Amino acid sequence: MSTLPLLDVEHVTMRFGGLFAVNDLSFTAQPKAITAVIGPNGAGKTTLFNCITGFYKPQIGRMTLNHADGPVLLERLDDYDIAAKARVARTFQNIRLFARMSVLENLIVAQHHKLMRASAFSLAGLLGLSRYSKAEKLAVDKARHWLDRVGLLDLADEDAGSLPYGSQRRLEIARAMCTDPVLLCLDEPAAGLNPKESLELNSLLTGIRDEMGIGLLLIEHDMSVVMEISDWVVVLDYGSKIAEGAPALIKDDPAVIHAYLGEPDESEA
Amino acid sequence: MEYFLQQLINGLTLGAIYGLIAIGYTMVYGIIRMINFAHGEIYMLGAFISLIAFLVSTLLGGTSVAFGLLAALVSTMVLTALYGWAVERVAYRPLRNAPKLAPLISAIGMSIVLQNFSQLTQGARVKPLPPLFKGGIELMHGETFSVNLSYLQMTIMALTVALMVVFTWVITRTSLGRAQRATEQDMKMAALLGVNTDRIISATFVMGATLASVAGLMVTLYYGVIDFYIGFLAGIKAFTAAVLGGIGSLPGAMLGGLLIGLIEAFWSGYFSIEYKDVAAFSILVLVLLFRPTGLLGRPEVEKI
Repeated sequence: MSTLPLLDVEHVTMRFGGLFAVNDLSFTAQPKAITAVIGPNGAGKTTLFNCITGFYKPQIGRMTLNHADGPVLLERLDDYDIAAKARVARTFQNIRLFARMSVLENLIVAQHHKLMRASAFSLAGLLGLSRYSKAEKLAVDKARHWLDRVGLLDLADEDAGSLPYGSQRRLEIARAMCTDPVLLCLDEPAAGLNPKESLELNSLLTGIRDEMGIGLLLIEHDMSVVMEISDWVVVLDYGSKIAEGAPALIKDDPAVIHAYLGEPDESEA
Repeated sequence: MEYFLQQLINGLTLGAIYGLIAIGYTMVYGIIRMINFAHGEIYMLGAFISLIAFLVSTLLGGTSVAFGLLAALVSTMVLTALYGWAVERVAYRPLRNAPKLAPLISAIGMSIVLQNFSQLTQGARVKPLPPLFKGGIELMHGETFSVNLSYLQMTIMALTVALMVVFTWVITRTSLGRAQRATEQDMKMAALLGVNTDRIISATFVMGATLASVAGLMVTLYYGVIDFYIGFLAGIKAFTAAVLGGIGSLPGAMLGGLLIGLIEAFWSGYFSIEYKDVAAFSILVLVLLFRPTGLLGRPEVEKI
């Protein structure tokens, strides 16, 4: 069983009218590894994420998530089951925190599914049963653990919307981790970060990979981040995969250089 | 002075009832950005169910008023909540991704259906209920006029305060309330975190219907007469209250309800009882013209 990849994307095609945003794309992502998806603007990276996390249903193809207790087909799940059953979590390029809730509440909402079960859909909570308060305490503990990890513990009671940009990014990652994911999808987590924050992010992500043993799927434009932390790189252009491999090999792949920089000028050649 | 105080008490009682209905409008608007025009009818059904519950408990030989009230309260809340749930399930959920106008029209249709449903099943005549609560306390005795606070008014106010406390606690402290606030801010993101947003929306309708049903029960007791058409006017007034307080804001709905109740009571007391609805609806027009976000509402920021 250990040979199965964590995520197996097979022949996924997502079409909007005549535009193939993602075209016959197949790749795999391994557990305990960071898989980067790179490509020029409009290559279909975010569309791919939207397919994986249930925003879009691809017209063709299959996306299998292999859990220890069997495979789950992502394209067949309702959106809330992507987190609850398949345990795929996601962050966004334009941060989507609950701005008018506290930092801590943002992380507790992420554990809603578990809490609702423990509280028998809040009835036990209403009656103040111990089962619920115990589950609630566990949820708060987990939230505080992740706040500590991303260095926001002091700001637990602030409104999430009042945090500075870099902190909001880290909070979004902490919130995603509170759903207990087996696959974490990060859409440009380093965008807008300064070099110091970017380095901190690298160690946070590699830390999550090594300690939690989960798979990470990463869209990133910052090549220094990609080369530094990813274990495998998939390159997209116009919705199709043009290359994949270890980061060191991808850097020198002619197809990749072509996609990013265009055709070398005739006169220079 | 005595007269003023009496109208204040009457206005607060009426306002409590409007406030309870207004919360249902504002909660539903907050979460799915839709005005549930069938909400007034939910309140009307609450009034009918409570009337039936009172009659049944009397038929079964219940002589204690407290027991009758409790039985009616519980059965009204449960049955009306079922109606609220069913309305959402049948009329709004299938239109979740439809253009905004579709659920609005569906709501108006639902309102007509429910009105006709109770007209057909309960008859069109006005239904009376003999007063269950008698007496009260005399707060002040003037030369020509004495100020009374009836036991019923006290019950209505106490029940409203108790419901508001429970309701606020659910919204701010429980897992369900947190999920409701999250769904209100970003439904898709809440779903991505494993929140079953359809279920949360259902819960919102159930909570709104429960509060409206208590308002229906109070009106049945307070005025002693109900008919199948009471939901229309009360619904529009509660909607006015929600807009006045700032639609989407829960404290705003309660505040708006109290204000509309007070305005109506003072208007009828000092100017003209026939034109009391004009006063309430003039407020709606003025608020929409000069302060569309309401007293406690947040301005909607368009994302660019």
